[in-house]
Amino acid sequence: MNPVLELSNVGKSFTMHLQEGLRLPVVENVNFSVQPGECVALGGPSGAGKSSILKMIFGNYRCGSGEIRVHTQTEVIDVARAEPRRVLTLRRDTIGYVSQFLRAVPRVPARDVVATPLIDAGTAREKACSAAEAMLARLNIPPRLWELPPATFSGGEQQRINLARGFLPDFPILLLDEPTASLDAANRAVVIDLVGAKKRQGVAIVAIVHDADVREAVADRVIDVTKFAAAA
Amino acid sequence: MNGEPLLIADELTRFYGRRLGCRDVSLDLFEGEVLAIVGESGSGKSTLLQLLSAQLEPSAGSVRYRMRDGKIRDLWQLTEAERKFLFRTDWGYVHQDAALGLRMAVSAGANVGERLMAVGWRHYGRIRTTASGWLERVEIDPERIDDAPRAFSGGMRQRLQIARNLVTQPRLVFMDEPTGGLDVSVQARLLDLLRSLVSELRLAAIIVTHDLAVARLLSHRILVMKDGEVIESGLTDQVLDDPREPYTQLLVASILPA
Repeated sequence: MNPVLELSNVGKSFTMHLQEGLRLPVVENVNFSVQPGECVALGGPSGAGKSSILKMIFGNYRCGSGEIRVHTQTEVIDVARAEPRRVLTLRRDTIGYVSQFLRAVPRVPARDVVATPLIDAGTAREKACSAAEAMLARLNIPPRLWELPPATFSGGEQQRINLARGFLPDFPILLLDEPTASLDAANRAVVIDLVGAKKRQGVAIVAIVHDADVREAVADRVIDVTKFAAAA
Repeated sequence: MNGEPLLIADELTRFYGRRLGCRDVSLDLFEGEVLAIVGESGSGKSTLLQLLSAQLEPSAGSVRYRMRDGKIRDLWQLTEAERKFLFRTDWGYVHQDAALGLRMAVSAGANVGERLMAVGWRHYGRIRTTASGWLERVEIDPERIDDAPRAFSGGMRQRLQIARNLVTQPRLVFMDEPTGGLDVSVQARLLDLLRSLVSELRLAAIIVTHDLAVARLLSHRILVMKDGEVIESGLTDQVLDDPREPYTQLLVASILPA
């Protein structure tokens, strides 16, 4: 089978101009690929560059060097060089990303936060909202919260809103940054089930999971990011 | 998405006498795309907005626009009348100061209806119904259709200005600091309204703002301006989360966390 996602010789460093041009190397020569239906966990201590790799795949961070090839049904796109417009269409129909923190938009109710990616990808509003409600229920968010903007929710509730938003659409690639960090055991089990279902659908997943039990349950292999450490 | 851009700017430059307004700005904008222009006062962002919206003639460079008939025309090759017609129909312009975008002494309904009459609507009843529908859409009580915007709060005036601009179903809207000078809660409401209208109507928009949070919330792409030039551009979240230029890093680092 062909991979859906391939990173080759990817490198990243930050130049901090406010600290006299201090250069912070993050990773170099990152090489791995992910098959459909496979879940790859990125391992290594905090600061090893795991989140930076996810962000580069999503186009949220610039890729300093190398290529990030995404295979869609019709073409191969190098996220590192793609036009902003192309990256946006990848986010609309190919790559989902569950970040660690929910960036809440004022006044938008939880249900709409979750339904938006479906609506953006062309699903009718009503259908998207009922799918969103089902997903919220599955993640144990009580219906009385669906109408409220998540800004005032607890950390665990916000994370579940974020998860619902990320898991709802059927994208071929899913990036998960600490999806279970602030969840209780029951909700961790729901997330494990959701990841399992995605894998059976053939979704390629790259995940950062510190919780060893969760990682054991979802990951097909672990890539140790410290081997990509960049020389300072 | 249509294959061709809606608006194409090519090496736009404008001098005020010997003083530089902005230099060598090239960009294109597609339907449904929101572009933010950020920078501090004097960075040239308002000059650029005026050049892009043909309110100011460039010293060099060009702006082209794909008209409703599909033909791409240079804005300064259009006749004055054609440019005016574009402004009244296919474009909107939201000013920071609502008093510049509204007629303060006539009723809210007339402010909205005027744009319809400019494109040939004559039936009073239909104009009034449409105006009332738009007031509702921008969250102004239709009961207030006969009140003049003088009697409105700042946030309501801004929402009325938006209704007036959108009633003719423009394809492109220019906004100059649309939330400037409003209270924070009023700002949030206006931003939410703009965000949903832009995506529902698949509007293209160019928004000038000094507020990076506004740019993040509304725009897909961003241009950072300094001393009349674009120093950095790209996906909005990429430029704000991974800024490359010293000045952009300074701007991003200067935001106070709430």
